[in-house]
Amino acid sequence: MLKIIQMTVNGQPVELAVDDREALLDTLRDRLGLTSVKRGCEVGECGACTVLIDGKAIDSCLYLTMWAQGRSILTVEGLRRNDGTLDPVQQAFIDECAVQCGFCTPGLILTALSLVMSGKAYTRDELKTKISGHLCRCTGYENILNAVEHALKVHS
Amino acid sequence: MAVGQSVPRVDAYAKVTGQAQYVGDLEPKTAYFAKIVRSTIANGRVTSIETGEARALPGVIAVFTCFDVPDIQFPTAGHPWSTVPSHQDICDRRLLNARVRVWGDEIAVVVARDRLTAERAAGLVRAEYETYPALSTPAEAMAEGAPCLHDEKPGNVIAHTSFHLGDGSFADAAAQPGAVTVEADYAVPAVQHCHLELVHACAWMEHEKITVVSSTQIPHIVRRVVGQALGIPWSRVRVIKPYIGGGFGNKQDVLVEPLTAWLTTKLGGHPVKIELTREEVLGCTRTRHAFDWHVSAAALPDGTLLARTYRAYSNQGGYASHAHAIAANAANVFKQCYRDRVSLDSESYTVYTNRPTAGAMRGYGIPQGCFVTEALTDDIAYAIGMDPLQFRLKNCVQAGYVDPHNGITMHTYALDQVIEAGRRAIGWDEKRAAYAGQTGPVRRGVGMALFTYKTGVYPISLETAACRMTLHEDGRVSVQMGATEIGQGADTVFSQMAAEALGVTLDRIDLCSTQDTDVSPFDTGAYASRQTYVSGMACKKTGESLKRKILDYAARMLNRPADGLDLRENRIVDETGAALLPLEDAAMEACYSLTDSTHLSAEESYHCTDNTFATGACFAEIEVDLPLGRIKVLRLINVHDSGRLINPALAKAQVQGGMSMGLGYALSEELLFDENCRPLNANLLDYKLPTAPDTPRLETIFIETDDPTAPYGNKALGEPPAIPVAPAIRNALLNATGVAVHSLPLTPQKLIEHFRAAGLLGGASHV
Repeated sequence: MLKIIQMTVNGQPVELAVDDREALLDTLRDRLGLTSVKRGCEVGECGACTVLIDGKAIDSCLYLTMWAQGRSILTVEGLRRNDGTLDPVQQAFIDECAVQCGFCTPGLILTALSLVMSGKAYTRDELKTKISGHLCRCTGYENILNAVEHALKVHS
Repeated sequence: MAVGQSVPRVDAYAKVTGQAQYVGDLEPKTAYFAKIVRSTIANGRVTSIETGEARALPGVIAVFTCFDVPDIQFPTAGHPWSTVPSHQDICDRRLLNARVRVWGDEIAVVVARDRLTAERAAGLVRAEYETYPALSTPAEAMAEGAPCLHDEKPGNVIAHTSFHLGDGSFADAAAQPGAVTVEADYAVPAVQHCHLELVHACAWMEHEKITVVSSTQIPHIVRRVVGQALGIPWSRVRVIKPYIGGGFGNKQDVLVEPLTAWLTTKLGGHPVKIELTREEVLGCTRTRHAFDWHVSAAALPDGTLLARTYRAYSNQGGYASHAHAIAANAANVFKQCYRDRVSLDSESYTVYTNRPTAGAMRGYGIPQGCFVTEALTDDIAYAIGMDPLQFRLKNCVQAGYVDPHNGITMHTYALDQVIEAGRRAIGWDEKRAAYAGQTGPVRRGVGMALFTYKTGVYPISLETAACRMTLHEDGRVSVQMGATEIGQGADTVFSQMAAEALGVTLDRIDLCSTQDTDVSPFDTGAYASRQTYVSGMACKKTGESLKRKILDYAARMLNRPADGLDLRENRIVDETGAALLPLEDAAMEACYSLTDSTHLSAEESYHCTDNTFATGACFAEIEVDLPLGRIKVLRLINVHDSGRLINPALAKAQVQGGMSMGLGYALSEELLFDENCRPLNANLLDYKLPTAPDTPRLETIFIETDDPTAPYGNKALGEPPAIPVAPAIRNALLNATGVAVHSLPLTPQKLIEHFRAAGLLGGASHV
């Protein structure tokens, strides 16, 4: 059954009629064309569909769109500035060679951004735990952790 | 100089901004969703299928069963086609199969307006079966009276090959005075690639032309196989390969593309997509081959390796896929790593079973072969009481090694330097001394494993590649490769090679990442760590060809001979290096001159008829908690001779990723099955990939040689890092505890059993 929902997506107010069984992953990809949000498992195991909901990193495959009523959603499309410059977290992923196939990248960038926004300092081991909800088969996480550390340093 | 620089990836911006498009981001909005109906048995025959309920569900477009598809058997392996029938891949499956050979075999397909409807309808299809016993292992499948899976292969053995090297026999060696022998069974399990992107294809048809957008490593091979499977001319099929979210060999197989393409032909050309679930990818696509071995070795007390025997059983699963090519590759490791002074006897079987079909996976049989080779090497060194590093130095292959069967030559050699570099980095000698004679529940150890790895597939298969370059009027050059970017960084290193060959700066190169088989130059694709070596030469040749054309044109403009002109850093220069003309001026004139307009482009192909060996080693230091049966990896160091590095930062990243895959193979990854061959852990919760907290710091060392057969001195890099990690950790466990474990993965349950058997746990109270 369709229901009306209002939320903010990448800074813009959005009003949609959605099936109340629909996952936020499908709403973002199929209705809003935000294809940076990747489908990797649909059961919260891989982290590829991570978005920020009110600043918190969440697997959008496990999150019903209806729950987003009144909330603010951020995907990496929302980090893009009109002049094409990147957020420091995105730049850190490039500079640290943390990108390979790119499928886990948008989700990890958002988790990294949430860590940067927390204003806290983290040890390398703490960062490992913080990103452990993301699977990456290409990198062994080494350069991803370097990128997160780099982004935290730039921010501080 | 563009080659040799750690320039950022050319696709990094697109990937960090979410602009990079994968199959799922490109499919038409109107595409129907096709859901495969899978068998609920692993061995048997579909006797009937009831589809009425599924067809009646609103939103269902069509249902097709194994009784509706063309009677055409086709191959799926991502090998270059052979025009010699005896070398062609085995054709042993149809689009949908009535004869069921794996749990989850494809027996029907439901097409619906959306995913949910397709999934619901698939659940309403009811099949009746005639069921046969499920065959889990080669031993079961080769047993007298076992059901035959494919009529073409009675007895279920796909291939059986053997070779003998040396003038004597193992018995001669074992009879030498003082000779010590070891003999044991070893085994490795099936594991899965676990690329983050699922298996995904979308197809539509305009008039006669079928377009397939596919998450593949091998677009030109997909075109051929779709043509074969549908029984249509191959050029009626156009395959588009956008960015893909990892492949690791699973996408070096043709998976869902033929069925997707066939469905659009049955639905008036309407777009149809198949996107497998994670559970289907893990349980029903391809795996790394499980192997069982019986091997032996004989050596003298001074460490001279005398002889070895090798008998391997490769578990192929239900369909041939890459078949015996994997076992043949695995069998090469014995001879290509060590010198048996008396003899080497090798025998390999590849056997159909009812386990999931095994195919290509990073390393292509060599990780398996390296495990048994390097475990056996440590076990024989342990038996004679010799440091295993010294044993390796005494027996490993030497500079100038030539494979006695295929002639592949080690054109450049650094295995001795590789071993030495690892030895120093991990502090081998000091730690072996410090860790001798440990007691107590927590112990440490260091271990190593080495490997050799050929670059590409010549002379076993064809090696061919092509490239096209076009000069635009502003002096930029677009480059099209048939070779594919699958995450490894191919687009970046080809851009560097193109800039180098042309004499332009990297910012002048626009490399088209997408392959479209109607447009792109031919290439067989990403596998065998071949692309920088083989396709790189096509890129270099094309750059040199376009450069000659540019210089010829500039010579006419400058009214002087082309000899002596060169293109350097975007400028045409004379013999002294003095700039005569900016490239963009020549390019503009070439396009728009009223008297001498010509469109400057070049296309070259390269037929590679050589090969060379990359080598390397892994050094591991671990801490073992005996009562918990837990291994903690303290240090992990990979040392590689992959020739000259085109992009050192990307090379390092590739090695780190391979090490992670090796770490999973060592400690946690294993597909589990019940006695009916039904997968038990086909999901990313129960199938244990390494996560960040599981992963130690990944240390990398390169020894750069300059291979004369390569475009820029480079050798295989993509696959090798995954090869030596698991045996190095296994050998570190032997060093720490004296316990030789003969199978992977080294899980706590398995270790506890071994430690108890070895009397290390001092009674049952610890467990």
